Amino acid sequence: MADLRINFCGIESPNPYWLASGPPTNSGEQVMRAFDAGWGGAVWKTLGDPIINVNSRFGAMDIGGASIAGFTNIELITDRPLAVNFEEMAAVKKRYPDRALIASLMVESRSEWREIIHRSEDAGCDGIELNFGCPHGMCERGMGSAVGQEPRVLAEITSWAREFSSIPVLVKLTPNVGDILEPGLAAVGSGADGLSLINTIKSVIGVDLERMTPLPAVSGEGTHGGYCGPAVKPIALHMVGALSRDSRIAAPLSAIGGVTTWRDAAEFIALGAASIQVCTAVMHKGYRIIEDLVEGLSEFLDANGMASVSELSGRATPNFREWGDLDLNYRVVADIDADACIGCQLCYTACLDGAHQCIHINQARCHAWHGEPDHGQGVRAQVATPVEHKAPAQSDARVPWVDEAECIGCNLCELVCPVPGCITMREVSEDARSESWNERVGEAAL
Amino acid sequence: MTKSAASPRLAPDRLERLFDDAKPAYSYAEARIEAERCLNCHDAPCVRHCPTEIDIPKFIGQIASGNTRGAATTIFEQNMLGASCARVCPVEEMCVGACVYQGFNGQPIAIGRLQRHATDEACADERATGRRLFTPAAPIGRKVALIGGGPASLACAAHLALAGVQADIYERDSVPGGLNTTGVAPYKMKCESSLDEAAWLLSHGAHLMTGVAVGTDISFALLLDEYDAVFIGVGLAEVRTLEMDGPGVWTATDLIRAIKTEQGFALPPSVRRAVVIGGGNTAMDIARELAMLGVEKVTVAFRRREAEMSAYAHEWAGARSCGVVLRENLTPLAAVNRDGGLCAARFKETESGREIELACELLALAVGQEVGMQAMKAGVRQNANGTVWVDPATRRTSLSRVYAGGDCINGGREVVDAAADGRIAANAMLAEWSVEKGSG
Repeated sequence: MADLRINFCGIESPNPYWLASGPPTNSGEQVMRAFDAGWGGAVWKTLGDPIINVNSRFGAMDIGGASIAGFTNIELITDRPLAVNFEEMAAVKKRYPDRALIASLMVESRSEWREIIHRSEDAGCDGIELNFGCPHGMCERGMGSAVGQEPRVLAEITSWAREFSSIPVLVKLTPNVGDILEPGLAAVGSGADGLSLINTIKSVIGVDLERMTPLPAVSGEGTHGGYCGPAVKPIALHMVGALSRDSRIAAPLSAIGGVTTWRDAAEFIALGAASIQVCTAVMHKGYRIIEDLVEGLSEFLDANGMASVSELSGRATPNFREWGDLDLNYRVVADIDADACIGCQLCYTACLDGAHQCIHINQARCHAWHGEPDHGQGVRAQVATPVEHKAPAQSDARVPWVDEAECIGCNLCELVCPVPGCITMREVSEDARSESWNERVGEAAL
Repeated sequence: MTKSAASPRLAPDRLERLFDDAKPAYSYAEARIEAERCLNCHDAPCVRHCPTEIDIPKFIGQIASGNTRGAATTIFEQNMLGASCARVCPVEEMCVGACVYQGFNGQPIAIGRLQRHATDEACADERATGRRLFTPAAPIGRKVALIGGGPASLACAAHLALAGVQADIYERDSVPGGLNTTGVAPYKMKCESSLDEAAWLLSHGAHLMTGVAVGTDISFALLLDEYDAVFIGVGLAEVRTLEMDGPGVWTATDLIRAIKTEQGFALPPSVRRAVVIGGGNTAMDIARELAMLGVEKVTVAFRRREAEMSAYAHEWAGARSCGVVLRENLTPLAAVNRDGGLCAARFKETESGREIELACELLALAVGQEVGMQAMKAGVRQNANGTVWVDPATRRTSLSRVYAGGDCINGGREVVDAAADGRIAANAMLAEWSVEKGSG
């Protein structure tokens, strides 16, 4: 069985999964139950000057009958006294010495930072995470993402923390920036031992059309919140990948953003993450999701001959390139498995209306432009005359077929097909020589 | 004759009320989950297998989006009897049978239940808010008589009324809806649903005259004189029977009608065993109803072999699941009485020629129905089997101003076929008048 242990800039953890700072790490009792369930670490609900929260606080976006595809919150940092939090943290660390316990912190002045860092160390924390990411409520008070969006301020506070702290300092970045490299470089340049990302994205999750209120509603009114959950994973993957492949950033990355399954986690690790933080999925399904997060990742590593998480870490990073470096000569075409096809013809509609009109069916004459030697480069300023296409011999009359000469390999048909594996993209590159846009432009310049 | 715009009601104390719905109503939460599963196929096979060609993926998408009134409108535009079809259509043989999920995970979309949800909820919304789904056009100065108040006539009358045509329905029974009211198995649909639907259809401006038999109380020729067109929707008014009679012997249609509509009707306590003669869907219905009412042993006796039964596979499976058993290759001979009551049905085994008796206290004959138009003297051309001949494109009969639809033209099919006939005939009449107007 693969070794799932990690060492994250000195913070040791029996597996790469930490609860992210949030409602699931609000109290000692919760974190103890989470550790009993198998979580490798926990980033405590952000500590600072206790605040007052509003009702309600959460909202969600459902898609196609699936609830909580995206999630938002307007909850602030801990609303419990600091002394209570630190007492519980000490008790947790004493009872679970092998788990990673990290204090998420958010205060304002240099003296406040000094005091709260020392109290975190005294509680037995293995590290601290500076919350420079929260995009609602706290940023209006000059904290959270207000810091994360100003590299100069971020660098200054990070250097204070580095100065006061004897334990590793993680900086949690906000995605509400134009280029994630700017705060990332500022953080590592001022002494951050590790980076956590992404915090939540500024958002309005929806509008109650009966009451005309942005959601979540507080007494008939709403405000923007912080967006997270499965829908933000692609944004987080991009930002983690961008930091991971920048040679100036050597600090380990703790990835956050929509992780729900071991597969999500493996993707983040393959793009350079060293640890994984989870919040929304636990809020949705509870601490016990850790069981399959651990087992699935272990099974994946075993099946692929990797002995540890570190062997997976960054495996996909070298293949993350700029668009201009991609091979212009690579060609794939769609292949429809007639035996697997159930005849819904979603691929036909998608290709006809949303792509390049190269999938045909038996029942209908085709309204697309065809047979042009220029492959669609000519003027198309009128509706085409419908043409009959001769179907290849096939068993089921509802199975569509692909005009390979016209197919531009866009994948859309594969994406809309409801039957996994029915449509695949087959490589048909004629030119074995690879040539990127950058190479082509470079040659022309010579 | 009773003339009214509203539909009559039935007394509450009826046996059919003991039956639960085999396919109960969805809550919105349940409907939405089911609706979200629909793939929205191109050129959807379900639509192709619907006689009224409802745009099924469209209305299911409208349920999913929360546009329930829009969903109901999509349904009713093609099929004004969408509410009853949602309950009584043999969807397994039509839209659901064609769903592409049949070929994937074997869990097709529950189209009938979704249609029931959309039509019921939208009609309830109409009652609650007064906002109508359809608004009748101004009168165009045409009038049509419709003979028979069953599904075909109701659909035709509603389409005509919406187009501004005076539509007068002549029904010989005391209630409208035809077999929808009196003949549908109660676990599929109760009388109330059929009467509610009839009331809703009539509310668009058509008139219903009950207790008036064309041919007896009023002549067909008079209708033809008084009206611009006549629609024949008389169904299969004559029940076939066998030379079997006496106490405890029923035609299936009479027994179903009694269970559904007769106040205080109950099976005699002596009925422990029942025999149903027939192999069609009505035989399956009454067999299942008797089993569900607690008759201990229900036997379907069929002339030929199981594979030759005309009942749908799912109907036979439903009867079997209630404990109904089948005896094949039995030719019925006679009802056997003892002490003034029925004690058995006598049959001849087809192959051996041997006579046997099946003990029973109730015998139901479900051997089919025939068109009964003799009394009407309509003079339209009839097919060899007695059904009315119509032009398939217009449902026009051999007489130029006479149209027909429903069981009387097809020999006994589904409500959905009658709904399609009604719409097609109404549109054909409107097209005819528009041509006349154009040329005149």
